[in-house]
Amino acid sequence: MIELEGLTKRYGEKVAVDRLTFTVRPGIVTGFLGPNGAGKSTTMRMILGLDRPTAGDVRIDGTHYDRLKDPLTYIGALLEAKGVHPGRSAYHHLLCLAQSNKIPRRRVHEVLDTVGLTAVARKKAKGFSLGMGQRLGIAAALLGDPRILMFDEPVNGLDPEGIHWIRTLMKSLAAQGRTVFVSSHLMSEMALTADHLVVIGQGRLLADTSMAEFIEHNSRSYVRVRSPQRERLLDVLHQAGITAVENGNGSLEVDGSKAEYIGELAARNQLVLHELSSQQASLEEAFMRLTAESVEYHAHSGAPEPRQQWGDDWRRG
Amino acid sequence: MIEAVGLTKRYGDKTAVYNLSFQVRPGAVTGFLGPNGSGKSTTMRMILGLDNPTAGQVTIGGYPYRRLPNAPRQVGALLDAKAVHGGRSARNHLLSLAQLSGIPARRVDEVLGVVGLHDVARRRSKGFSLGMGQRLGIAAALLGDPQVLLFDEPVNGLDPEGILWVRNLMKSLAAQGRTVFVSSHLMSEMAVTADHLIVIGRGQLLADMSVTAFISANSADFARVRTPDTEPQQREKLSAAITEAGGHVLPEQDGALRVTGLPLPRISDIAHDSDVRLWELSPHQASLEEAYMRMTQGAVDYRSTIDQKEGLQQPLPPGTQPPLPVPGQGQPGWYAPPPAPPGGQPFAVPQGAPVQPPAGPYGAQGAPGAAPGAPAPNPYAQPAPPAPQGPAPAAAPAAPPAADLTKPEDAR
Amino acid sequence: MAAAQVVRSEWTKIRSVASTVWTLSLAVVVTIALGMLISALSKNEFETMSARDRLAFDPTFISFAGMSLGQLAMIVFGVLVVSNEYSTGMIRASLAAVPRRGTFLSGKLTVATALALVVSMATGFAAFFLGQAMLGEHKASIGDAGVLRAVIGGGLYMTLIALFSMGVAAMLRSPMLSLGILMPFFFLISNILGNVDATKKVGRFLPDQAGSKIMQVVPPLEDETPYGPWGGLGIMALWVVAALIGGYVLLQRRDAQ
Repeated sequence: MIELEGLTKRYGEKVAVDRLTFTVRPGIVTGFLGPNGAGKSTTMRMILGLDRPTAGDVRIDGTHYDRLKDPLTYIGALLEAKGVHPGRSAYHHLLCLAQSNKIPRRRVHEVLDTVGLTAVARKKAKGFSLGMGQRLGIAAALLGDPRILMFDEPVNGLDPEGIHWIRTLMKSLAAQGRTVFVSSHLMSEMALTADHLVVIGQGRLLADTSMAEFIEHNSRSYVRVRSPQRERLLDVLHQAGITAVENGNGSLEVDGSKAEYIGELAARNQLVLHELSSQQASLEEAFMRLTAESVEYHAHSGAPEPRQQWGDDWRRG
Repeated sequence: MIEAVGLTKRYGDKTAVYNLSFQVRPGAVTGFLGPNGSGKSTTMRMILGLDNPTAGQVTIGGYPYRRLPNAPRQVGALLDAKAVHGGRSARNHLLSLAQLSGIPARRVDEVLGVVGLHDVARRRSKGFSLGMGQRLGIAAALLGDPQVLLFDEPVNGLDPEGILWVRNLMKSLAAQGRTVFVSSHLMSEMAVTADHLIVIGRGQLLADMSVTAFISANSADFARVRTPDTEPQQREKLSAAITEAGGHVLPEQDGALRVTGLPLPRISDIAHDSDVRLWELSPHQASLEEAYMRMTQGAVDYRSTIDQKEGLQQPLPPGTQPPLPVPGQGQPGWYAPPPAPPGGQPFAVPQGAPVQPPAGPYGAQGAPGAAPGAPAPNPYAQPAPPAPQGPAPAAAPAAPPAADLTKPEDAR
Repeated sequence: MAAAQVVRSEWTKIRSVASTVWTLSLAVVVTIALGMLISALSKNEFETMSARDRLAFDPTFISFAGMSLGQLAMIVFGVLVVSNEYSTGMIRASLAAVPRRGTFLSGKLTVATALALVVSMATGFAAFFLGQAMLGEHKASIGDAGVLRAVIGGGLYMTLIALFSMGVAAMLRSPMLSLGILMPFFFLISNILGNVDATKKVGRFLPDQAGSKIMQVVPPLEDETPYGPWGGLGIMALWVVAALIGGYVLLQRRDAQ
């Protein structure tokens, strides 16, 4: 369990993290979301005692990080940057971390095997790709078999097999009753991994809810209905006081009603349905809605238009 | 249009790309997929004339890149985001590129605006984050207003807003009739961006087809059916009727039924005939990732394994036996593997490509607990409850012995 | 957190990077080779020296002449041991593993200093004996008064130089900045301050000048230095302590990176 209480970090005038209070609970994967510059990395560094909070408090299983004996056995973390001496081998990198926390040498071989780096364990980290560096970071996080795990952008640089692996790993860690705290920019990935979400923007807490609740609160959900008897269906819905919007591909979209209710309605009226499904917006959509105001810098949306501004004149030349 | 014919690249006796032939057409976003080390980057580099093919050729609009008249205005590419002189400002970087190909300076300011770097245009790029570097790389690709665009992992380092922007940008570029060729490891991103896919594994073409065709060819769709919760006998009735009609039914944890082998209207008719009311009847398509995993499982160069944790031998505190994950419940990513498509070759794999039997999901040889000589129970690989069909979803596939590590991932 | 664990961990760190080997071996080779060269040259020059100069002839000190260059490699060693943590980003993993920063820093310094001490002592003795061999009939013997003190002092001097560099690097964090300040300081500025009359009095109290007093057996004529050999080494040790305290305080106060 990670508990934050009024956690604040100021750099001079700029407030990076502003009175954050939340708890990351065991047994589930908690996603940590926010636009660039929202203060996610700063928060994670403060959890690990790397940065000192300006105010507030953060505790790991009730204890301050620097009071933990052999902290790697309590909490393992993968932080964003590579953070490995380029001239040191993966094996020695893990070994020195293990030794500082009294973790047996055998465990180093095991985690190397777990992340699939055994064959390159003795090679210098200099030649590692982003994905291999990431795997090494994950190995370091697993080293102490900790009850709490924290991952900052874990899928960065991994290939689909690696992405699938880390996702499954995080879920199984949580299923074992561990605390898993993950930050990511990939909403589609988060939607598949996280059970609970903590969202921050400009250093402030925007949401601390379950995934399902978050999507429900921040986006539109509707029921999609498809029937060979479209006109009759429209009539029946209309009579029941339900408005349906026609969708281009022949289906109807119904807002504000449950699929169950429409199913009963159709049965009562002897209507044949070829589809009756609840549709929910994506996590990405919900996230965009929530954080719209707190995005630090925007790209212009759409195409590199307008072309006419700079015209075709030079193209011909 | 990009056209590769028999494209082959050897480094010494290692073949990075072998006899690759494909076309990337204008007006669509074409995704370029493959495991690490499958030759994607090499192919991209050959398209751009950075590497010479050992055999075969690749042309853009009919010309090899190096003979392309006014190449910077025909082709734009984002290969390595950080290939910028650290001490140079973003604007000067683009300006130097523009001057090389006779593009006016005002175009530089335009693309800076397009990618949202206007405010930092005069700052030295050394202080740029990965995401900002990526935006600068995209600006450089757009500079010459090219008809052909290549992007290698374009969303790397971008935040959700940036990811959405890149996705819309690529789609609109394609909608303008340009040729857009994108490589990515993010299947979920590709699924919503690409129209067409080219998949390679171990340097060979595995698939060249539309996204929908690819998913249908490499996975199984199913229908989710729910009957009124209040009347469990309706569920039994429908279940029996569907089975009788030749469908395949699997109960899900939340009371719904997973039906394969019958189209939705047919299920609707069966429900009607057996007087069962429906509360849900929804089509489900497998994800692109799932389809991709099934296709490339033989072509992955290196894999992670389960965590044995013998080096710790530290039993979990009593009373913390894991709550077992439940497939299909709040964990859409925990795949219950779809049933193997009935009969025939399920993979659109050309002959000669390595294919493994579709026994388990994603090459789960050595599923958790099955490893001989692993005395300690493996808590990381705590098996999911046996999925409805097939072997348990593997916590992590075991390593195949023949991992070629000379080029383990697309480094550099 | 047992200090022994941290020491073991730091030993793994220091032995698993190539820079340790090449900086230390460079220090050994340069110190000994240059000492031998200058000893050989001095032997030939002895004949042409004035009586005054012959009186002040210090064969022990001459065999340590290579240290002026060799200490630069020692500085690089000291700087890299500490600042590599920052330049590679390893510091985050290190401090997450050992959150008590005092324990972390002392573990690192203990290992690096112990290694530096072993290498320096070996270098000191080797430089002395090989240098004396070059000097032929003008050589000093290890049994002569003050010679053993000078040889051991030479080893201590090199060790303290490395430790001083570690303290400075802990304060500055950047390897480029640390080397950019330390190298010209020891190679140029200290020499200039020590040789210009106006600044001589101040220059005497700089770490390298004060510390190198311990390697002298025969004091120069008209020696005005207000401290003896051990006093000089004490002054140098004060510098080292100051640098280490600075490094420790800043490490405690600052964010990891």
